[in-house]
This record gives sequence, structure tokens and C-alpha cells, in this order.
Amino acid sequence: MTEFFANLHPVILGLLKGLAVICVIFPIAGACSMAERKVSAWLQGRYGPNRVIVPWFAWIPFLGRGLQRLGVFNLLADGGKLLFKEDPLPGHVNKFYFMIAPGIAMIPAFTTVAVVPFGAYLDAAGRVVPLMLANVDVGLLAVFAIASLGIYSMILAGWASNSKYPFLGSVRASAQLISYELSLTISVLPVFLLINRPGMPATLSLVEVVQQQSGVFPSWHGLWLVFVMPVSALIFLVALFAETNRLPFDMIESEADLVGGFHTEYGSFKWSLFFVAEYSHMTVGSGVFVLLFFGGWNPLPWVPLATVVHWLGLQGWPVLVGAISIVIFLAKVLFMIFFFMWVRWTVPRFRYDQVMRIGWRGLLPLSLLNLVVYALVIALLQKAG
Amino acid sequence: MADFLFYLFAFLTVLAAMGVVVNRNAVNAAMCLLLSFAGVAALFTMLDSGLLAFVFLLVYAGAVVVLFLFVVMLLDVQGGDPRKPYQPITAAAAGVALALLTTGLLSLAERGRLPGSVPAAAPGFKEFAARLFTTYLLPVEVTGFLLLIAMLGVVVLSKRLETRGAVK
Repeated sequence: MTEFFANLHPVILGLLKGLAVICVIFPIAGACSMAERKVSAWLQGRYGPNRVIVPWFAWIPFLGRGLQRLGVFNLLADGGKLLFKEDPLPGHVNKFYFMIAPGIAMIPAFTTVAVVPFGAYLDAAGRVVPLMLANVDVGLLAVFAIASLGIYSMILAGWASNSKYPFLGSVRASAQLISYELSLTISVLPVFLLINRPGMPATLSLVEVVQQQSGVFPSWHGLWLVFVMPVSALIFLVALFAETNRLPFDMIESEADLVGGFHTEYGSFKWSLFFVAEYSHMTVGSGVFVLLFFGGWNPLPWVPLATVVHWLGLQGWPVLVGAISIVIFLAKVLFMIFFFMWVRWTVPRFRYDQVMRIGWRGLLPLSLLNLVVYALVIALLQKAG
Repeated sequence: MADFLFYLFAFLTVLAAMGVVVNRNAVNAAMCLLLSFAGVAALFTMLDSGLLAFVFLLVYAGAVVVLFLFVVMLLDVQGGDPRKPYQPITAAAAGVALALLTTGLLSLAERGRLPGSVPAAAPGFKEFAARLFTTYLLPVEVTGFLLLIAMLGVVVLSKRLETRGAVK
């Protein structure tokens, strides 16, 4: 079995791996929309969706009704509805850009997944081998570069809709995303100042960041970076909310003043593609946040994956270790997605001027100061030791 | 394979660049520019320089073209320039451009030389950083200041217009 996969043409192997990852990301994005409704209901003291059920499932005792209460089947009903209902094409739109905007939304959302590591296993020599589609040395830079292209779908959707509210939404999108990209990028620089030691090849790889938190280096014992750089983590998190257009930063579709923002004129399947893209951005963003500051696939702070594998005696089981690491990583990512929804119903939406003020007068100076302080401290520490 | 990819991306880059010039709709032109940048980034990747490719994407495709679109949308120039596209001055400009291009190509053919030895591996982050902070520090800083001055100029000009409006 393993030989069969190893002997495949690299292009076909890459395609298979890519399909496998998309097969995970797409249902996660779909399930997120369901979880969003259920979590919203829970936080507001409602029941949320609890009616839909597939006929035969009702015959299964306990399990069928339980799944019905959880609203699991609503996902199918939603998907079916979005696929089969009429797809309106308003007469006043620019048809070409209106049609391709949802497609453009999907490309960066799924391409960033390729360079994010999502697990690791220990090879025969006990070294950690990351599980990822493309282990490029530019690492995080690739994620930022590709994710920054996601904005075009919103700009084009709003502009092509050729009506006032979507247009306002897309103008806000371009201003907001560019403003917060600066803080987002600057906030992670201290992390890479720390992991790029003198005398080692320079890297921006996310795998190296997780290695730093895996207790590979002496005197570092698997400490998660969030404890070392809390300010960086906070700035990154806030900027991430802004970059993924989540409340309290969803200026782009804020339904209180813009009807539906950039997707006001969209319906059915094209509309749902925007949401799959948004949830997929959330998933990848949460993944990068977990890798940078919350130890990646290490189960607990000060308890790296290698230690747990040693305790359980799983050294000879790379597949099992890989599966465990993926489960740990996905659990953290799903918690982060839950956190996104939690914040959504806790913090009210900002006004547009407040968003701009937080970005330019709050986060940007703070991230610059943070960078300078950490640069000085790291330089002094490296000189001392 | 590599040759085919090179021709594909080079063709894409040049075709999209022509689209930028020819298109009368500003949004179409900006999207062509984006496509052209993507082609250039792909060419960088084929030269084994992932760093340059992604920095190029991040800065130009991710920020500069977004700003272009932002301005185009704010000004709402959809129909393009109402004047006739080809005027006598177009011919003169085309002549000058052609002469410059020919001079450049001729001088390249006459005096252009590839460096004797090509480095085996693509330069990494450290190489780029060291060059930027030593050899090319002055040009980088001067360019930065030029952009800063242009930005300050825009701020000053737009502020003045606003106060004049308020006085009225």
C-alpha cells in the first residue's frame, strides 16, 4: 500500500494529497456554518436548529433524535437548498466579474492550506517530520501573500453588483484589509527574530516555529510562544479577526447599515461560496495562530508531542502518531473557530471610524513598539548567551 | 516541461501587460495588471526564487493593485478617457518609445554580457537582508523618502482644498 503511493508520479501524488486536504477543509467550512447557528443559539439561550431529520434516522433510538436536536441534518438541508434554489442574476450587474468573484474567493482560501503544516510524525531516527502539502522555505510569507489576494473577490463582487450598498462594502473591504495587514505582518516578526538564531540558515517556516515550542532546544522545554510574546499574540488575533471579516470587524457586510454588504446582490450557490471561503480563511487563520503561538500539534505547554509518544510507547507507529498530532491540531483549530463565534456574540460591532482608529492608532504603533522591544531583548540575550 | 511553463507564463505576463495598456475600462486594466503580476511571480518561482515571488505577490498584487482599484472605484472612472484613443501625439510618442526600445535592444545585443559564473543556489533571506542593509541601504532609503514625500504632498494638497471648502 505504502509502496504504491510512493511509486506514483509526483504530480499525481500532489493532486491526491491536495484533494484529500480539500475534502477535509470543505466539510469543515460547511460544518462551521452549522456550528455558527448552533453556537449563536447556545450563547443567546435559544435552541437553534433542531427540527430537520432524514426519515430513516428517526427510527434509530436515541441517536437519531439526538442528532436531530444537535441540528446535524440542517447542514444537508442548507446545502440542498443552496444548490437547488434559483440563482438570480440581476440585470444591472457587470456579468463577467459578478460571475467570477465567488470563484476568485475560493482560490486563495484553498491555496493557503497547501503551505500550512497540520501534523507531524516521528521517523525511525526520532526526528519530527511535518505533515504538509508543500514544505516551502518561505512558509508564513506564502500564507500572507496568497491570503492577501482574497480581497479581490470582495472588491470585484461589490463593484460588479453596481449598486450602492455592495459598493460601499467593497470600498470598506479594501481599506480595512490593507490597514490590518500591516499590524498582522509586523506582529509575527518577533517570533521569527527568536527562531532565527545566528549561525543557522534563515527561515520563515512554520514548522521551525513549532519545533521551537516542541522542546527541541535546551532551556526552552516546550514553552508555548504565547507565554513569551503575549502582545504579539494579541495583535495577531485582533488583526486576524479584521482580516477574516468577522465581528466585531465585519464592516464589509455589516447588515445593520449595508443590508448585506458586498454580497447583497448574490443568492443561492454563489452566495454560499463566499461563506465557504470565509470559513476556510478562518480555519487557515486559526491554524496559523495555533502554530505560531499555541504550540501547533503539541498537546500541552511544557508537554511536547515527542514526550507523549515516549510515554505511550508509540515510537514505531508513525501513522498513529501522525493521526494523534492531526487530532490535537484540529482540536485547537476548532476551539479557535468556536472562539471566533464566541467573540461574535460578546463584542458589539465597531463603527467604521473606530475600526480605522484601532488599526492605525492602536494596533500599528503597538506592534511597532513590540517589535523594537523584542528585537532589543533578543539581541541582548543572544549577546549574553 | 520547464520550457513550456516558461513560455506559458511569459506569454501570460506580456499579454496581460498589453491588456493593461489597451483596456479603456480602468477596472479591467487593473485586473490585467494583477494577472501580469501573477505571471511575473510565476517566473520568479521558476528561477528558484520563492522569496522574491511571494514578496512580489504580497506587495504588488496584495496591496498596490488593491489601492489602484480603491482609487478607481472612488473616482468612479468607468467609461475611461472620452478623448479619441489615437491622436497625432500618439504617433510621436509611439515613435519615441520605439526608438528607445530599439536603442535598448541594440545596446543589449552589442554590450550585454551574462555574468561568468551563476551562483548554484538561489540566495536566501540572509543574502537579501545583508545586501539591503549594506550595499543597497542608500537607494532603498532614498526611494522610501521619495514615496514619503509624495504621500505628504498629497496629504497637504487635499487638506488645503478641504479647508478652502469649509471657509466657503
